[in-house]
Amino acid sequence: MSPAPVRNPSPALPSPHGTMRIALFITCLNDTLFPATGRAVVTLLERLGHRVDFPPEQTCCGQMHFNTGYRRDCVPLVRRFAEAFAGYDAVLTPSGSCAAMVREHHGRVAEVSGDERLSAAVRDAPPVYELSEFLVDVLGVTDVGAYFPHRVTYHPTCHSLRMLGVGDRPLALLRAVRGIDLVELGGADQCCGFGGTFALKNADTSVAMCTDKVRHVLDTGAEVLCAGDNSCLMHIGGALSRLRTGVRVMHLAEILASTEKGPVHGAEEPSPASWRDTERTKTP
Amino acid sequence: MNDATFLGMPAFPAAAAGALRDSQLRGNLARATGTIRSRRAAAVSEQDDWEHLREAGRAVKERTLRHLDRYLLQLEEKVTAAGGTVHWARDAEEARRIVVGLVQDTGEREVVKVKSMVTQEIGLNDALADAGIDAYETDLAELIVQLGQDHPSHILVPAIHRNRAEIREIFLRSMGAYGTAAPADLNDDPRRLAEAARRHLREKFLRAKVAVSGVNFLVAETGTAVVVESEGNGRMCLTLPETLISVAGIEKVIPTWQDLEVFLQLLPRSSTGERMNPYTSTWTGTRADDGPRAFHLVLVDAGRTEALSDPVGRQVLNCIRCSACLNVCPVYERVGGHAYGSVYPGPIGAVLSPQLRGTASEVDRALPYASSLCGACYEVCPVKIDIPEVLVHLRARVVEDGRGRLVPKPERLAMAAARWVISRPARLTAAQRAGAVAARLVARRGRVGRLPGPLSRWTDTRDAPVPPAETFSAWWKRTRR
Repeated sequence: MSPAPVRNPSPALPSPHGTMRIALFITCLNDTLFPATGRAVVTLLERLGHRVDFPPEQTCCGQMHFNTGYRRDCVPLVRRFAEAFAGYDAVLTPSGSCAAMVREHHGRVAEVSGDERLSAAVRDAPPVYELSEFLVDVLGVTDVGAYFPHRVTYHPTCHSLRMLGVGDRPLALLRAVRGIDLVELGGADQCCGFGGTFALKNADTSVAMCTDKVRHVLDTGAEVLCAGDNSCLMHIGGALSRLRTGVRVMHLAEILASTEKGPVHGAEEPSPASWRDTERTKTP
Repeated sequence: MNDATFLGMPAFPAAAAGALRDSQLRGNLARATGTIRSRRAAAVSEQDDWEHLREAGRAVKERTLRHLDRYLLQLEEKVTAAGGTVHWARDAEEARRIVVGLVQDTGEREVVKVKSMVTQEIGLNDALADAGIDAYETDLAELIVQLGQDHPSHILVPAIHRNRAEIREIFLRSMGAYGTAAPADLNDDPRRLAEAARRHLREKFLRAKVAVSGVNFLVAETGTAVVVESEGNGRMCLTLPETLISVAGIEKVIPTWQDLEVFLQLLPRSSTGERMNPYTSTWTGTRADDGPRAFHLVLVDAGRTEALSDPVGRQVLNCIRCSACLNVCPVYERVGGHAYGSVYPGPIGAVLSPQLRGTASEVDRALPYASSLCGACYEVCPVKIDIPEVLVHLRARVVEDGRGRLVPKPERLAMAAARWVISRPARLTAAQRAGAVAARLVARRGRVGRLPGPLSRWTDTRDAPVPPAETFSAWWKRTRR
């Protein structure tokens, strides 16, 4: 059978050589709640010999407003994104769903707004890559030199899987991590039930979906659940924490940034305790 | 236009919460959808050109819808020339009146029915009952629903929410009241259950003078109606009675037999996971020597022309009612069909019902939000309806409709506030600081177990993360500049 066509394949590749100007789009959620993921991306890219820039004018891709039906509220966010990242060769983001929002919907939001200049700005904006796409497609690496001696299972988030079509790129990256015990997650392609405002508007259904995901995670015996999107991990991790399962959730970037020296990425001081507890994973 | 609404149903979130408490239902659904899902996956994987077929199916449907007027008139001409009669119904009420009138003209007091979504949509059985006409469903699952005085919960398998033990009870309790009773020693062996249904139905097939059917496709070039089914009950209904009344939405027309070939490959593999369905019946008007003596085709609009005028939403009219989207939907799998408050459940129902009925009622306004937008439905749709796209499109319509309200809903205020905060980095920073302070006040041992207001819907079952002392942008500013 021919594979299902990918809706938003990786954009045309900028040259990985020479002076590629890479911008990090941290996303509002990661900036506010999961800065360790951003630090991990910076650590990882620098270890691989690339400089990454953080344009300070960035805020949010507008996904929550767009997906909930608030299209007008989304317009200024799309404009800010296009302006903040103008002039870079590539934008890298540690979120599959935010990458999908920019690639699939920014053009449409601009078009519907009737603002020709905004449409032009969105058209001229640099290509946006989710982390695993950037590493595998743009930089051409699968072994990033990581070390992570733990039992890990991977949840392919829906938007990475179906909107971006990242395929097995994240798994290829994880398989190359030294010391890792990567175990397959049952029902992996099933949605965890986060769905943005769905998690609040239809909380009962959202939790029912999460319950089955948690059961599959526990069945693997993994210590760590990994994914490429902290929003899904916040949801599944919130349930794992409430149930006191002892299973931690970690963004793909944080595992890939880990080395024999330890998993603390670029932080001069330990970041505060959170239920994610990434800092407690001192490797031997 | 609220004909297809289950009267008195609460909107999706509340209906779903009720359904989720029914562990029998969740068990039945998980088992049934899991089985159909893997059968479909196997049947589709055999077909090397599946993606081309999907694309062809979409293209045929879109081309037909672009010239729908032309194909419908061609269809009417051919059906009439072949001895049939075409009736046009603007809405559900008119369709019901036409069908009831046609049955009354025959002088009969009962009809047998082939499973049909559109007759459910227009509420035909109740209209027939009001006119003193008994309508007997002959599809096994539809019979189970009818005998159980229940609502269908799936497009293809209307009784998917029932297991065989429940079916045995329904048969024992109700069959006798409507005809041949179930044997007293009936057990829950599927063969015995099917045998009881067969005996019960056989009597009705042989007696009935009038049948009512839906159609899967209408071929314009010859005026041919097509019904695709698995049990042979359809073949009985379509051939034995003297009068056949077929009801169809206007979007069921396709131009040619060559186009039909595409759909006869797409439909069985997508719906039951079979290479080919057991019974495909095609008929063109009437014949002097065989089959029904009178054939009526009732073409129903009921919101379809309105849907066609919506450039994004019109793709829902591509739907061939295969129900593949239901079987892969993680929401449907857990809440079942009744929570959607419509004869069209699941992802397609969440877009089709508001497209056909509008978004005036609370039930219809809630439907576009009954999805996590995971995209599994779009992936399997044999005619490539981008259901997530239409869901978000309809959400925008719901939001726009609410814009004129004198007192905005709390959600709108929250969304406006969120937009204000995240549209400037300085405001975001200030909000992050305030949020971090507040969250650490409520945190216990690194967890936030309880949040106020609507956010309690999160923390009722999930811990929330504690914001860190330093955001990423603050860290970057401190260390990199």
